[in-house]
Amino acid sequence: MIRVSVMGAAGYLGGELLRLLIGHPGVEVAQAISTRFPGRRVDSVHPNLRSQTGLVFSAPDDLTDGDVLFLATPHRTTMTLLPGVRDRAGTVIDLSGDFRLPDPAVYERYYGVPHAAPELLGAFVPGVPEMFRDDLAKADLISVPGCMATAAILALRPLAGLVGPDVQIDARTGSSGSGAMAGDGNLHAERSGAMRVFAPSRHRHEAEVTRLTGLNARMTATGVEAVRGVQVVCHATGTAGEREIRGAYREHYGGEPFVRIVAHRKGAHRLPDPKLLSGSNYCDVGFAVDGDRITAIAALDNLVKGGAGAAVQCLNIRTGHAETLGLGFPGLHPA
Amino acid sequence: MTRTCPECEGPVELAEPVRLSEIAQCGDCSSELEVVGVEPVALALAPEIEEDWGE
Repeated sequence: MIRVSVMGAAGYLGGELLRLLIGHPGVEVAQAISTRFPGRRVDSVHPNLRSQTGLVFSAPDDLTDGDVLFLATPHRTTMTLLPGVRDRAGTVIDLSGDFRLPDPAVYERYYGVPHAAPELLGAFVPGVPEMFRDDLAKADLISVPGCMATAAILALRPLAGLVGPDVQIDARTGSSGSGAMAGDGNLHAERSGAMRVFAPSRHRHEAEVTRLTGLNARMTATGVEAVRGVQVVCHATGTAGEREIRGAYREHYGGEPFVRIVAHRKGAHRLPDPKLLSGSNYCDVGFAVDGDRITAIAALDNLVKGGAGAAVQCLNIRTGHAETLGLGFPGLHPA
Repeated sequence: MTRTCPECEGPVELAEPVRLSEIAQCGDCSSELEVVGVEPVALALAPEIEEDWGE
């Protein structure tokens, strides 16, 4: 059994990690670390885990050694705590934004503060199995991309070389992407029914997309009426026809366990829709071609393939388990 | 037997014996296909009524 611990275990991503890891047949969850709730039962904060675990939150200072340490801690905080916990596990899988960008100047531009551990930037392998499977198999430091970035990267990666360099990404996200801490903007009265364009330009995930696709990505992000789910609609131009585009997607994803090509002619869900992916580790990708306009679409559950599920998929690769172990279930329908 | 979808070039499984005018559906693009020939087996897009999603 692989012995794992989760830091930031009281948040939504931490809770989703616990849900997946507790059900994973090759893993023992040793500790759920929380600064807010040490001594409290995990299922008092994550009630969906009732009868699944008797685990109690531990304080950060009580972290013990293990095989894999997951960091579901906030951006700008993770970079300050990582150096102190790095040696507590053979492999660290970080879900924050702090180690996704190898260039400290780019990090400061998008996150607004200088990086506290620039010497560690560049040491992390991106947690995108579809691109870095061989590297992940021997990686000791793994950084899972942002949820909207993962969707956009998987939507756009097959199009590199087939579309012009400039891509506009329109991203929509559910409220759980804002985290589990209360704030004025997260009040039900403010959030319910809103379609809030919270980043009309320069969303920080665009730097990750640019880095991993080679395209000049620009991203707009909107909060919509959903708890889970991300959808990206990516606008590009190119001369490739529909069959060539479909062929590129098949070439990249024909053998991928968690990426499905959804570009159908019939039915109520012809293109990727996060509604069908709730709770699952699948990312659906699709496309439409209209003359020189190529539209790429992707959808996923922001807490699963956009975070905790991708992290567990990376754990499986790193530890030699079957890549789908503990993750093979579909989404809900209807949901 | 397996034939190629005329719309997306994906594989389409047909139960044998194949009969003229049978309808099959492509698993990749969901197009409805009609058997328009049996010697050799040939598929074409089946005529369909456009769906309107309130556009």
